[in-house]
Amino acid sequence: MLLLILKRIGLGLITLFIVSLITFVGVEVLPGDACTTYLEREAYGAALDTCIKRLGLDVPAYERYLDWASNVVRGDFGYSLSGEMPINEVLGPRVKNSLVLASVSILIGIPLAIVLGIITALWRDKLPDIMISTITIFSMTIPEFISATLLILIVAIWLGWLPGIVIIPSDATFYELLSNIILPVVAISMIMTAHMARMVRSSVIQVMASDYVQMAILKGVPYWKMVFRHVLPNALLPAINVVALTIAWLLGGVVVTEVVFNYPGLGRLVIESISNRDLPVVQALAIILASIYVGINLIADLMTLMLNPRLKSLQIRK
Amino acid sequence: MNEIIESVKDLSIGFNSQKGKQISILRNVSTNIKKGETVGIVGESGSGKSTLALAMMGYIKQGLFPLKGECLFKSEDLLKMSSRQLEKIRGRKIAMIPQNAGQALTPNLKIGYQIDEALKLHTELNKTERDKKISELLNKVRLPSPETMAFRYPHELSGGQQQRVAVAMALAGKPDLLLLDEPTTGLDVTTQAHVLELLRFIAKDTGTSMIYVSHDLGAIAQVSDRIVVMYAGEIVLEGPARKILKEPIHPYTYGLLKSIPKLSLAGLPASMPGSQPQPGSINEGCSFYDRCNLATDNCKKNSPDLEHIKELDTNVRCFNYKELINKNNNLQTSITKKSNNSEANEVLNLKDVSISYAKQKFFDQLLNKISDQNPTVKDINIDIKKGETIALVGESGSGKSTILKSIAGLLKTKDGQIKFENDRILSSDLKMRNPNDLRAIQLIFQNPDESLNPNHTVEQILSQPLKLYFNLSGEELKKNIIDLLKKVRLGEFYMSRYPRQLSGGEKQRVAVARAFAAKPDIILCDEVTSALDVSVQAAVLNLLQQLKEDLGTTYVFVSHDLAVVRAISDRVAVLYQGRLCEIGPSQNVYKFPSHPYTEVLLGAVLEPDPDIKPKLVAEDIVEEKPPEKGCSFQGRCPRKIGDICNSEVPPWQIGENGNAIRCHINIEELASLQQ
Ligand SMILES: Nc1ncnc2c1ncn2[C@@H]1O[C@H](COP(=O)(O)OP(=O)(O)O)[C@@H](O)[C@H]1O
Ligand code: SF4
Ligand code: SF4
Ligand SMILES: [Mg+2]
Repeated sequence: MLLLILKRIGLGLITLFIVSLITFVGVEVLPGDACTTYLEREAYGAALDTCIKRLGLDVPAYERYLDWASNVVRGDFGYSLSGEMPINEVLGPRVKNSLVLASVSILIGIPLAIVLGIITALWRDKLPDIMISTITIFSMTIPEFISATLLILIVAIWLGWLPGIVIIPSDATFYELLSNIILPVVAISMIMTAHMARMVRSSVIQVMASDYVQMAILKGVPYWKMVFRHVLPNALLPAINVVALTIAWLLGGVVVTEVVFNYPGLGRLVIESISNRDLPVVQALAIILASIYVGINLIADLMTLMLNPRLKSLQIRK
Repeated sequence: MNEIIESVKDLSIGFNSQKGKQISILRNVSTNIKKGETVGIVGESGSGKSTLALAMMGYIKQGLFPLKGECLFKSEDLLKMSSRQLEKIRGRKIAMIPQNAGQALTPNLKIGYQIDEALKLHTELNKTERDKKISELLNKVRLPSPETMAFRYPHELSGGQQQRVAVAMALAGKPDLLLLDEPTTGLDVTTQAHVLELLRFIAKDTGTSMIYVSHDLGAIAQVSDRIVVMYAGEIVLEGPARKILKEPIHPYTYGLLKSIPKLSLAGLPASMPGSQPQPGSINEGCSFYDRCNLATDNCKKNSPDLEHIKELDTNVRCFNYKELINKNNNLQTSITKKSNNSEANEVLNLKDVSISYAKQKFFDQLLNKISDQNPTVKDINIDIKKGETIALVGESGSGKSTILKSIAGLLKTKDGQIKFENDRILSSDLKMRNPNDLRAIQLIFQNPDESLNPNHTVEQILSQPLKLYFNLSGEELKKNIIDLLKKVRLGEFYMSRYPRQLSGGEKQRVAVARAFAAKPDIILCDEVTSALDVSVQAAVLNLLQQLKEDLGTTYVFVSHDLAVVRAISDRVAVLYQGRLCEIGPSQNVYKFPSHPYTEVLLGAVLEPDPDIKPKLVAEDIVEEKPPEKGCSFQGRCPRKIGDICNSEVPPWQIGENGNAIRCHINIEELASLQQ
């Protein structure tokens, strides 16, 4: 078991290493370097020299990679060109903001999805199922940038209930954030919840049709007890990995939503730093997003491993 | 003994077809279950037996609904009860033992919890009393080390053990009536015999009434006091077990009994033509009309009622049953088959073949060798003659399919050689075999549902080998396909059908036709009749034999069913844990002296005769791996003679009739022991 966990972690680290190499090499092979790209027409004389010094572009590429990588491992991403300050300072508040947005969406979205999935499965083809399923299928089909825009149009502009654009500084306090993120959260969690609810629904339906559920009924187990002891543990287990994938996928949704709502998070930073040609920041973001992706999948794998009695005893026996 | 526990009255259950028509799958079923009695419900798949059994617990499967009638348990109608009321009865008054315990036990809950759940629901015991009761129950169903067993998960048990757990769970609520739906189907022969023995013991010990549902008359014969025979959703015959099995007075039951291969009989069982009609396709007349050899014009227009015959204590649904009374002494007959010319040439020769599933280590992979000291299959030596049918028998996991896969080139051998015609070595790698060798060896699988592409028509399925091996096209291709269909007794109109539009037997015929399309020299048959109903099985066996006599094909026939093997094969090889135990002409393998393992297998066969009881001589333990050294059967052998069995591989000894036995006991001594 321990060996397996270590193996998974090792694989994750290798993935991250490859991602870092690709982003680094990608920047290297672009014509020009980070400085000329950033400074564009002003790339000459003293400005160029200080930039090159600051980024250490005067040493060979592999040395720079090693240097950069060892710094990243220590948690130092280098220097932002457009912000004219260490990247860590740029990232800090952004990471916090995005985390708030993502975790509120997840905290609302996942339980909601599970509840909706279970309701639709247990009342399959009855009114609750038909209503909820219609809504979920509908919201699955609209991409975020449309639903986000529609939300702004309806809730913010027509009804005027909530601010349409988030106008807060990136270092806003948690409470300031909360009141501003309702619409972004709705936009993000809509598709995610819909996908997951569908998935939970079909999983529960499948388990409900299984021999062991029929057996539990014939054994005289009361309905709700059967649902909670015999159905849900077995139905939700396969959902864990899908949830992980959905969360990872949510990262992309966060980028789009942040831009539409002008929300000061990591996603907007991606777009900003790309349009500012701030390559060190782009690099840092690539590594961070990849780590999140790898981390989430790792956690999901481990959870499946811990919860599935089949895998558990298999590992112990070996 | 005469108190009626449950009574089914005029029950019909059906569903709404897509066209909105009401289609019944159970029609006017009435029967009574008495206290302490075991009733066997027998019928082919689709005859409605499980639907009836479930209805007797007040459970109607999703999509179905009762059309009329009632199921009275102690004079209350189960079909009218609320789910609250039913929860009080299920598990406490009526308990169920499911077909496939492996799937009927909840995977995430421990065995002990699942039994405890039933105890909590249906008894007043407190925690410590319940814990005690759990070990008691596990003990009663004869599971090893009941204390630790309770903490295991279902997947950690073998099939037989899972079935025992299901029995323990059903007994937890001390029910008055036990419902068993195919409780031993899918278990190995020896395990099956043990579980049946346990059930008989429990019925006697607790006085519980039982309803035993099965397609297997052999199993039914072992447990039932009374038998109900179902056909196409109706009861066609009902009466005391011995009467039904020895003097069946309904043509269907008669045909069914004749189509079961029997250990005591050489030769093929007689088959019934046709197959059971689909629900909804019976409009008027007797539902058995199409397949009945006693049918008259009257049977076509009018449907017979279930008639009570007082002197036989039997109910029968047939106009012409009188023709069968006192005429059934010819149940013990079979079709003799042309036996094979033993002078024929060898077509296939397995020499010292070993096969391993062990993953190759990195270095071994580089050197392209497999280093497994204890491979799944070891030291197989078999010569197969042209036109011969050789059977490989053994319980599941004995390596039968593994050997077939190696012959077909789907699995690499570790050691040894497989030679084909004139001593040419076949490569153990499929890609290295030449096209002609590929054509010459064809496989037929157990389950045609998995081996036939559901998106292809029968024409497409059959044209593939014809195109591949013979480059046929156009008119010629079509002619060949029609010829093939004719060979397996299917009409030309089957060409445009998809597998889902065929019955199980028809699908297997298409699979047979596909194998023959390649004009093969050897056909490898892996449990080809195991998934079929007995009447269909008999037809497929007869078909295979006929084709072989016409075309001179050689069969390697894998089966776990000794009676089927006896019927079809010329020679039998018995395998245990991937090692040969005995090999010889089939009539001799079924006579003593036998290898102790063959003896165990023969003892466990269930005959459709209440007077022939299985002999259980060995424990039904499941061994995970073959032993490292010594005799492969040492772990279970009831005749084990000592350390020599554990340390040395036994020698081959040849008996008088030419069957070879691999055992340390002297063959003459073995013969006298087995007298
Ligand atoms: N793909 C596989 N990988 C590992 N072990 C296998 C595999 N297939 C079969 N086995 C093992 O090989 C043994 C023989 O199996 P099999 O040939 O299927 O037996 P049979 O056909 O007699 O039931 C069994 O112990 C089984 O568990
Ligand atoms: S009623 Fe006629 S068709 Fe039906 S089983 Fe009897 S003889 Fe055969
Ligand atoms: S060699 Fe020994 S263990 Fe093997 S079958 Fe003979 S008596 Fe039994
Ligand atoms: Mg097999």
